[in-house]
Amino acid sequence: MTTDPGTLALISLLLPAAAFLMLAIVAPLRRAGRPAAYLSVLFAAGSLASAVLAWRAHAEGVVTRLVWDWLPSNGTTLAHVGVLADADSTVMLTLVALVACLVQLYSLGYLHDEPPAALGRYYTYQSLFAFSMMGLVLAPNFLQLFICWELVGLCSYLLIGFWYQKPEAARAAVKAFWTTKAGDVGLLIGIVLLWRLSGTFDFMAMRAMVASGTLPVAGLSIITFCIYLGAMGKSAQFPLHVWLPDAMEGPTPVSALIHAATMVTAGVYLLHRTSWLFALTPDVLLIVAWIGAFTALLAAVLACVQDDIKRVLAYSTVSQLGYMMAAIGAGISAAGFLHLLTHGLFKALLFLGAGAVIHAVGSNDLPRMGGLAKSMPQTAAVFIIGTLSLAGIPFFAGFVSKEGVLGASLGAHQTGPFVLLMIVAFLTAFYMFRVVFLAFFATPAAQPSLVGAGFSRPEHAPPKGGPHDPRGPHDRHHEPHDPPMTMLLPLWILAALALVVGVYSTIAGHVPIVAGAGHETAPGWLTPAAIGVAIAGIALAWLTYQRRTIDAASLAAMFAPIRRAAIAKFWIDDLFEGVLGFALFAFSTFVGWVDRYLVDGVLNVVSAWTVSAGDDIRTIQTGRAQDYVYGVAVGLLLLMLWMRWALA
Amino acid sequence: MGIPVLSVMTWSPFVAALIVMFLARRSPLLVRWVSLVGALVSLMASVWAYGSYDRTAAGFQFQERFALVPSLGISYQLAIDGMSALMCLLTSIIIFAGVFASWTVKERSQEFYALLLILVTGVYGVFVSLDLFVFFLFYEIAVLPMYLLIGIWGSSGHVRPQGIFGWAMGRTGVGTKEYAAMKLTLYLLLGSAFILVGILALYVAGGSRSFSFLDFAAMRIDPTLQSWVFLAFYLGFGVLAGIWPLHTWSPDGHASAPTAVSMLHAGVLMKLGAYGVVRLGIGLLPEAAVQWAWLVGLIACINIVYGALSAMAQTDLKYVIAYSSVSHMGVVMLGAATLTVVGLNGSVFQMFAHGIMTGLFFALVGLVYEKAHSREIFKMGGFGSMMPGIATAFTIGGLSSLGLPATAGFLAELLTFLGAWSSAHRWWLFPGVLGAFLTSVYVLRVAKQIFWGKKSDDPHFQHLPDAQGTEWAALGILVVTLVLFGVVPGLAMHPIDTSTIPLLARLGR
Amino acid sequence: MGLQAYLILSAVVFCIGLFGVVTRRNTVGILLGIELMLNAVNINLIAFSRFAGSTIGMVFTVFTICITVSEAAIGLAIVILLFRVRKTVMADHLDLLKG
Repeated sequence: MTTDPGTLALISLLLPAAAFLMLAIVAPLRRAGRPAAYLSVLFAAGSLASAVLAWRAHAEGVVTRLVWDWLPSNGTTLAHVGVLADADSTVMLTLVALVACLVQLYSLGYLHDEPPAALGRYYTYQSLFAFSMMGLVLAPNFLQLFICWELVGLCSYLLIGFWYQKPEAARAAVKAFWTTKAGDVGLLIGIVLLWRLSGTFDFMAMRAMVASGTLPVAGLSIITFCIYLGAMGKSAQFPLHVWLPDAMEGPTPVSALIHAATMVTAGVYLLHRTSWLFALTPDVLLIVAWIGAFTALLAAVLACVQDDIKRVLAYSTVSQLGYMMAAIGAGISAAGFLHLLTHGLFKALLFLGAGAVIHAVGSNDLPRMGGLAKSMPQTAAVFIIGTLSLAGIPFFAGFVSKEGVLGASLGAHQTGPFVLLMIVAFLTAFYMFRVVFLAFFATPAAQPSLVGAGFSRPEHAPPKGGPHDPRGPHDRHHEPHDPPMTMLLPLWILAALALVVGVYSTIAGHVPIVAGAGHETAPGWLTPAAIGVAIAGIALAWLTYQRRTIDAASLAAMFAPIRRAAIAKFWIDDLFEGVLGFALFAFSTFVGWVDRYLVDGVLNVVSAWTVSAGDDIRTIQTGRAQDYVYGVAVGLLLLMLWMRWALA
Repeated sequence: MGIPVLSVMTWSPFVAALIVMFLARRSPLLVRWVSLVGALVSLMASVWAYGSYDRTAAGFQFQERFALVPSLGISYQLAIDGMSALMCLLTSIIIFAGVFASWTVKERSQEFYALLLILVTGVYGVFVSLDLFVFFLFYEIAVLPMYLLIGIWGSSGHVRPQGIFGWAMGRTGVGTKEYAAMKLTLYLLLGSAFILVGILALYVAGGSRSFSFLDFAAMRIDPTLQSWVFLAFYLGFGVLAGIWPLHTWSPDGHASAPTAVSMLHAGVLMKLGAYGVVRLGIGLLPEAAVQWAWLVGLIACINIVYGALSAMAQTDLKYVIAYSSVSHMGVVMLGAATLTVVGLNGSVFQMFAHGIMTGLFFALVGLVYEKAHSREIFKMGGFGSMMPGIATAFTIGGLSSLGLPATAGFLAELLTFLGAWSSAHRWWLFPGVLGAFLTSVYVLRVAKQIFWGKKSDDPHFQHLPDAQGTEWAALGILVVTLVLFGVVPGLAMHPIDTSTIPLLARLGR
Repeated sequence: MGLQAYLILSAVVFCIGLFGVVTRRNTVGILLGIELMLNAVNINLIAFSRFAGSTIGMVFTVFTICITVSEAAIGLAIVILLFRVRKTVMADHLDLLKG
């Protein structure tokens, strides 16, 4: 048994790849469904074990690099592939492997009613995703990172569109791909520019250049901004956040894995991974911080008006990604990374919990739930653990990391973003507990009036049902109950981890897994203030949705303009639809018209002229021999005249 | 050396064509098998040549030579370097898949296969000829059968004559297969006239002693002459490579042509154009190449963006793919115009990647058309559940087309972009990247429209079968190649390197 | 009488022949016109031969006469064939070459 972290990480990376290849190539296995699922889960578990070993085997401050030549060009090797195992990548690897494994396990229960072929397809995609995400995490250079970056985007596209016969899912998948691709254009440009500047794709070589000061700083801001654009698309930062809420059309476990815990955090991870580069361009970092904080606020406001439980969580993810970005923008990327890790745990937990609820209730709509704490006590318990973590309550996972982010922002004297983040902390606690109270505690009967008066359902509530929709067979005739063991086990594991991390970190005051993420510089008032804000949010939610002391309707009326705007998603989606749907397609139609009727038209005119000229000229061919003789005679005469005249 | 592997590769389709014409008169199945064997022999020869090509030594290998017309310096001289080896491999893969893809041709299949195979001989000949006279002969052989193939076995589309030049469209019969065949042939012959002029100019300038590429390459050519000859080559080959605004033969031609012909034409023949510009233009006329790089790059940028936008506007599936070829050929030309090793590697790699990818696309379009009898994108819908195999292959082809990693298309584009930013005209990078983005828009839109979403209510579109039998073979070969070269780029990059580095060394770069 | 007179005669005969060829509607008439033109050439040849004191022109004339005879024979044969096929010998009805 090897103890080299590089090898272990490589094993961890290759196991899902092997599973993917087997499922992709051996069609009968894939079509069999269940066996494919078991195989995939098994390999994911192996991958998890290997990842944990790699993480534990990794020694402090040691970087293990294991690469092979991959892309030769111009007589040398332009790029390598391999693994770069260090403190950050191994812990991220562990998170990815953990969530991937648990989600695959959970999906066994969640997608119980899928036809075998579809299930096999699902697990094929899942394995490919696990492989690509791990490849991204372990990438030793920009190129491999970009490749995996695109591949996870592909998996996201395929998995959002898993129920591809639903038009909404098809739309959402394409929308997600386009939006992230728009960001990726920036990333690609950044990588190309950086390659030209530094002559390498390699992280370590580049980092050495930065350390020795040989990397030219002129023009670096553009490059880092371009790279940030990629992160913006992937990590759903304003204004490219529009795809993430729509991505909830995919199966809920997919949302948990890809759109909460791993893929969407790739942008944050990238910025953390290249923080030494961004440190050279403080102006870009400031942009990152502001956009991050603004995104956090925007998404938190949006989350408050959603009635679809998954959409609340989706906006919450966007908001938390903004948090992480704000920390990176503040220059303490480790704080953002730490929040990424803890967020990965509890957000996956929340999504899987929500999935269990949806599975039981047969609907995404909060108003159709209520009082579920009685019928699904275990789900309720884990969901509340996740919610408390997200709200940043002490002894739960999110507490220390959230403090870290706030401390980083304050420490960098970015007062604006800090204030925004504090508001977000309040809103987060509010909207999450709104979900908890509405779904688990409020009496269902009381809700219609509440909804009608206050937070009405958005108009785009997706139609339910359909042949492959797992929500179809379940309806409210059956009493909701806790999900089967395959689904409960992942929930409890994640909840336990969230608790362990939370308790340990709260007591120790820091999280030992990420170096440099502490908030030693933060003033003493920060912790009580953050806790206070969160509790205020919880209290407001309790008063409004549980005690009904505050009328939801009057609360809504108070913020009517914002609320209206938020329900319309601040018209950002409409703007994109307008730009893409109208401007781009109209312009392309115009270009197509130009090509068909002008560029090609000129050609047709020329050929039509040729044809007409031929038609005109051919009439002098009368076909009568005498006319030709006449022509010959006249020609001869003219020739003689010419000779007489020209040669004389 | 023993077997003249290049001659075997080049002439085996021709021999198969002769056998088909004379022997296999009444047995359609025999026609197919003979063609398949001919294609297989050339495939094996090209794979063997590619595999045993010495990657450590630069220059031309597998030389074969004997004099044809000694008094004029014309000889039958064949050899390959890394670039042409890759192109031969591409050709053999496409024709092999193409034979499978046209298994279902019913009308006069004997003549169809014979012409197809003769065409392929011409293509091989262009890639392996070192003697420019023979090169030109092969070039013509590659171009002319297309007229019959499209004119007889093609399909007509519907184009409404409108716009200010509408009268002319009605007059020329736009949309019919005869129109497409005529347009294509005239355009390409016009181009070849320029090429012939260029070759003869070089021949005369060299003292009328030899047509050999190697002799031309050793020659010191006057810069003014270089400049004119380069333009002639660029125009002549550029027509075939679909440079804007001389590209309009390509959408009509590809849309009208039968499946295998579209595959060959977009997959391989357009590459002849790009290959000619690189081999003869840049290879023989280094100073002129530097002088005119701005023009080549500029037009390439127009091609990329314009082609992508035009593709987005189309409603006919074949036209979408055809315009995407115009766009991708822009990437090829852009890579060449960078005059950097990385960019040129990207260009050659893109020739290969695009050849396979577009071959795959046209094969798929042919399959969809055969089963659904429609090419109208917006009438189709929800085919994914009925033909999952075709949907998967289409997705893979589409992803390669939009430059998704792990397919060959990505590396080609990446290298081109790297080259563009290292070149003298850095801004070329941006149209290139924009083109990749636009490609993702139209490709995914098409894929979503056809394969995803609700099943169309049209009674014609119920119970469509998936690909079967030989069709799988065609798709499988292409998909595997596409992914294999994307995952293991060294397969292609080593040989390409051996030809691009010396080529650009002549430029002093 | 000098050479000029012969040449004028020849030109006049040639023009009459040409006029006949161009204007006659009957194919046989056209053939007759051709005969006239050929004889005009013969006159020319003889005249030049006589005044230049060389016999070459006469030799050519003999050739021409032979050719004229065969031409007339073939021409008449063609006319007869034409009449059989097309039921007419009128030149302006024979326009198969019309573009």
